[in-house]
Amino acid sequence: MNDTPLTGSALLTNAVGLHARPSVKLTQLAKKFAARVEFALDPAGPWFDAKSPVQVMRAKAPRGATLHFRCQGDGAAEALKAMLALVERHFDEPRAEDATIDGRASS
Amino acid sequence: MAELRLEGRSAAPGMALGELVRLRRATAARTASDDPAQEARALRAAMAAALADLAALLAGADAEGGAILEFQVAMLEDDLLAAPALGAIAAGRSAHEAWSEALEAEAAGYESADDEYFRARAADLRDIRDRVLAHLCGTAGAVQLPAGAIVAGEDLAPSDFLSIDWSRGGALALMGGSPTSHVAMLARSRGVPAVVGLGPMLAELSGEALVDAFRGVVVVRPGAETRRAFEQTAQRRREADNRAAAAARTPAATADGTAVRVLLNIADPAELDGLDPALCDGIGLVRTELLFHAGRGLPDEDTQYLTYRRIVEWAAGRPVTVRTLDAGGDKPIDGLTLDAETNPFLGVRGLRLCFQRPAVFMTQLRALARAAVHGELKVMLPMVTLPRELAQARALLGEAVASLGSAGVAARMPALGIMVEVPACAVAADLFDADFYSIGSNDLAQYVAAAGRDVPALADLADPVQPAMLRLIAGVVAAARMRGVEVSLCGDAGGEPAAISWLLHAGLRSLSMAPPLVGRAKLAIAACDLRRPLEGPPWRP
Repeated sequence: MNDTPLTGSALLTNAVGLHARPSVKLTQLAKKFAARVEFALDPAGPWFDAKSPVQVMRAKAPRGATLHFRCQGDGAAEALKAMLALVERHFDEPRAEDATIDGRASS
Repeated sequence: MAELRLEGRSAAPGMALGELVRLRRATAARTASDDPAQEARALRAAMAAALADLAALLAGADAEGGAILEFQVAMLEDDLLAAPALGAIAAGRSAHEAWSEALEAEAAGYESADDEYFRARAADLRDIRDRVLAHLCGTAGAVQLPAGAIVAGEDLAPSDFLSIDWSRGGALALMGGSPTSHVAMLARSRGVPAVVGLGPMLAELSGEALVDAFRGVVVVRPGAETRRAFEQTAQRRREADNRAAAAARTPAATADGTAVRVLLNIADPAELDGLDPALCDGIGLVRTELLFHAGRGLPDEDTQYLTYRRIVEWAAGRPVTVRTLDAGGDKPIDGLTLDAETNPFLGVRGLRLCFQRPAVFMTQLRALARAAVHGELKVMLPMVTLPRELAQARALLGEAVASLGSAGVAARMPALGIMVEVPACAVAADLFDADFYSIGSNDLAQYVAAAGRDVPALADLADPVQPAMLRLIAGVVAAARMRGVEVSLCGDAGGEPAAISWLLHAGLRSLSMAPPLVGRAKLAIAACDLRRPLEGPPWRP
């Protein structure tokens, strides 16, 4: 087992940040891996357990924040790849822009 | 007693009159045991019972409500949530005090957030807190309310909202709350009028109340005069809604009898469920980007074919215009659009991107050619700038039809038109060999005004009916007439009552819009008299 943590980061671009629904998706995905999965808003920490909804919500990550992931243990590489992919595809939520694709109220 | 008027913020539009009912969960004194182990067991049992409640509510919830309940379940299942309370219990605190204090501390953490959305989540935590407390104190049970009640409270727990029967009317009047709370989202999706931020005075009041959630006002114990005004306003709203609903089902024509074609903009075939095709003269814009989202990778030819075919069959002979993939700009697609463009709106987007991803483009063209066999399907290219791009796309579409034909697959060469949204194309529209034109007024306005759609402060500069836009639109209409092809408009302006008369005066006779806007748009068309010139400048002062 490789003990060196793997790290990677992704930009949070969904409409309102890491809120209720995305945080549930994040923890559900993280729990699929045996590896320890943590994230932080700053590479220096503090680090939050991505498997704990309570901790994920405590992070209060707003839209536009960069999520730094740190994975360690069995399947860490797969876990990291999956977590980054989830953030990059905006948690499978329609993006704010797409909700009103050509949407600008102008009168 | 005199009437009392309270002002708050609208969280869900609508109007209601009913009995003001203060909603509070019954509280009962609980006698704690002296045994920390027993207190910890009591808390765990109450949490388990609360989880069972949520699971039962989840079974009857729709998608919106379900997501909120799932969030509460996830929080409650996390051992970390109760950890501080269990710590306090071990140190001698009673279960109910320890739980209240721990959850209040967690909620206070959310309330310190900069973002209103996170602050609003404090209500979800208090919902969890109260549900567990009710089980601890033995007062759990469904909320009972009279029919059509105006539900008053500091805030309403999402799970309580879901347990109330709203089918008999009613409204929400909250002293606190937020338009971004889960309960506000639920109220909007269920059509329940809701006003938030009414202040603490509401707690002392009872009796009948009027809720005008269009204006964010609640009047308690309204006088005769206020009631009359309320009835009139509510009546006007109902009549306007009824007129729009009735107008939606009839063909559109101006006051002078000029017929106008009304088409629909859709992004997902599911939007057509429950809609009567008689509402429209066809579909003016099918956005295909949604097919390419949802994290499932790029859709294959059969998936696309079945989607396009379903829309064409719904239209029952009416024309359906499908726009080829318009990714890029403000619509990035993972693994497809280019990253790190400094100005994506002026970058490789729309047709430009499709030319760089020929395999993706050909798959879509093949699916469209196959679906064209089933009805009046037309293909529209986005972001066309020069005539040679149209020629190049036409050649590719021809190849797709030919290769399907030689493989024995049913296919047909559909009409191929262009979305007019790049100023270069709008100015020289007559030089394009297009089978039809559709003006994309949102992008055209932002490019003409050099004012990005993503910059709210510049929204008034990108006015779709400013003089420069109206001249360009009139020019495209003239080019279409000269070439003997159809022209329509499919930007937001097409569904805006205030813009419609300007568009009709510029020569357009075909407008495409979101389905909910059809009724009001048809009324705006009927109010427009093309024999009389418009007065005043077409821009807002």
